[in-house]
Amino acid sequence: MKRSRRQFLKVASLSVAGLGAQLAAGGMTKAAAAVKPSYKEDALALKAKRWAMVIDTREFTSKEDFDACINACNTAHNIPHIPGKTEIKWIWKDAYEHTFTDTTNKYQSKEIEDREYFMLCNHCENPPCVRVCPTQATYKLESGIVAMDYHRCIGCRFCMAGCPFGARSFNFTDPRPYIKEVNPKFPTRMIGVVEKCNFCVERLDAGKLPACVEAAQGKIHFGDLSDPESEVRKLLEENFTLRRKPSLGTEPGVFYII
Amino acid sequence: MLEKVLKGSPKYYMWLAFLGGLIGVGAITYLFQLKYGLSLTGMSRNVTWGFYIAQFTYLVGIAASAVMLVLPAYFHGYKQFKKIIIFGEFMAIGAVIMCMLFIVVDMGMPQRMLNVMLHPTFNSVMFYDMMVLIGYLCLNAIIGWKTLECERFQVVPPQWVKYLIYTSVIWAFSIHTVTAFLSQGLPGRHYWLTAVLAARFLASAFCAGPALLLLLLMIVKRIAKFEIGKEAIKTLTIIITYAMCLNVFLFLCEVFTSFYSNIPGHMHPLHYLFAGTEQGLPWVTYWMWIGAVMAIGSLVLLIPTSLRENMKILPWALGMLVLATWIDKGLGLIIGGFAPSPFETWASYAPTVPELLISLGIFAVGAFVVSILWKIAIDVKKEAGTL
Ligand code: SF4
Ligand code: SF4
Repeated sequence: MKRSRRQFLKVASLSVAGLGAQLAAGGMTKAAAAVKPSYKEDALALKAKRWAMVIDTREFTSKEDFDACINACNTAHNIPHIPGKTEIKWIWKDAYEHTFTDTTNKYQSKEIEDREYFMLCNHCENPPCVRVCPTQATYKLESGIVAMDYHRCIGCRFCMAGCPFGARSFNFTDPRPYIKEVNPKFPTRMIGVVEKCNFCVERLDAGKLPACVEAAQGKIHFGDLSDPESEVRKLLEENFTLRRKPSLGTEPGVFYII
Repeated sequence: MLEKVLKGSPKYYMWLAFLGGLIGVGAITYLFQLKYGLSLTGMSRNVTWGFYIAQFTYLVGIAASAVMLVLPAYFHGYKQFKKIIIFGEFMAIGAVIMCMLFIVVDMGMPQRMLNVMLHPTFNSVMFYDMMVLIGYLCLNAIIGWKTLECERFQVVPPQWVKYLIYTSVIWAFSIHTVTAFLSQGLPGRHYWLTAVLAARFLASAFCAGPALLLLLLMIVKRIAKFEIGKEAIKTLTIIITYAMCLNVFLFLCEVFTSFYSNIPGHMHPLHYLFAGTEQGLPWVTYWMWIGAVMAIGSLVLLIPTSLRENMKILPWALGMLVLATWIDKGLGLIIGGFAPSPFETWASYAPTVPELLISLGIFAVGAFVVSILWKIAIDVKKEAGTL
């Protein structure tokens, strides 16, 4: 199921036209103006066939390294700070055995075991969350990004049961009181919908790299996985990397240099 | 026939008023949930479905079980069931209505419910689930109503009803299969990711549903003073016994596969449910063991013919069976699915008081609907002399 913004606008304009025709038939001439929406991409927009992320876990040594990225994401996306089991998180860190649950070895290098690792939505190539969503509120963009329409989500949380990576959060309560400082450039969410990392699609459209990538200052790499010349492909060739739960066949787009 | 609803004894009205009260409590609690969100429930980031979805799953089974009366009667011409089929169909209507309500109260954004139909998504099992449930509700309502009407005027039901009945048989299997497919196809949820889940669902439905029906009929026959028919009870309990044996067998298959393969992910949920974790026993473990004992107990009382046909023992056996299947599906299934989190940590869950009150309200809605429908059926049948 691929659905581009353009397709969406086409459908939208058709429905507007349909509505206009209906209203016009009812004698309301004012509504007859069915505008043909024009959509122009930002000339600066970064483009890829398959966005992917390579995290150099060797470089993340201090709490500050992690916090810089997490805070950058939280501020960029108005992520509320809700303590406890109903928390909302897009990118967070955890221990090795919680991140790579099926790649744990006994007597492993202490250094690797003691490191902490980022977790976020993998923007899977075969995303179960998209497969199960009954309203197409979760959908895949042509760039490989798994995106969400918060205004269509019915909050059934089927996608959360479907995602094997625990990448999704649900707004159990109204998130707005929990946002310290609202960033007017990004929408806040309402109660009762699911949300997750969006690979900063809004920044890519404006020609900027994801907030966490920018804040990581070279420790996280971002690029086009389908382009053999890209930086991420070079890194994958030169380094040993892991992905989370590859055996499930979702084809995660987040790689970890170990 | 609707006028029958209005003429009843004071006891009948008191019962309805009592249910009305419970519905009121549930509805008011639900208003709070609408305002404060699902934070009022025990669900969390790692346990995203709870008591509501579990009840939904169980009740789809109860709804589907009407087929255990319809199938012998219409496919094999077994006449003894004809008298009580209508009760099964009307119970199915109550069950489907409860299912729908449980889905609605579980939604974060119920006001957007119609998005499922406005943006039909054929790759989502939930879309099909919604469709088959609505279809099943309509089928049972039309079939039940029409056959009862024909009984009242003592005419043979028209031919088209028969075709609808045949459709409803297949439909019943499909609603519970689709419900199993909701969870059966999710990668990474080991407790559900098993091909026998749908079969398990059907087996447990086909014993629990008729057992519940028989129990309720035994109560109602005392109040309304009618006979269910010895033969019908005999045959139905045999069906219940076989289905329960199959249910237990399929569960044991799961246990074997998990533990003989020794794959940790497959053992974790069962381990959590029956033996707890390093941190101790979760509350559900006690329930699971009660369920296991009840399941075995019910079989002990149902398998030997002499015990099964003893009308003093039968209600106990049926009660134990209903409790056992409910614990398995109405508690264990969802908790076992979520307890090992995607991070291989243990995620605990317990329903909260608001969650239980809302659920109670929904159960009361079901009881209300079934009470009214059964009242109509009993009155019509009594008048027609077919009870
Ligand atoms: S990580 Fe989870 S939420 Fe993200 S695309 Fe994959 S399945 Fe969907
Ligand atoms: S919670 Fe929202 S995004 Fe997730 S499956 Fe349901 S409708 Fe889709």
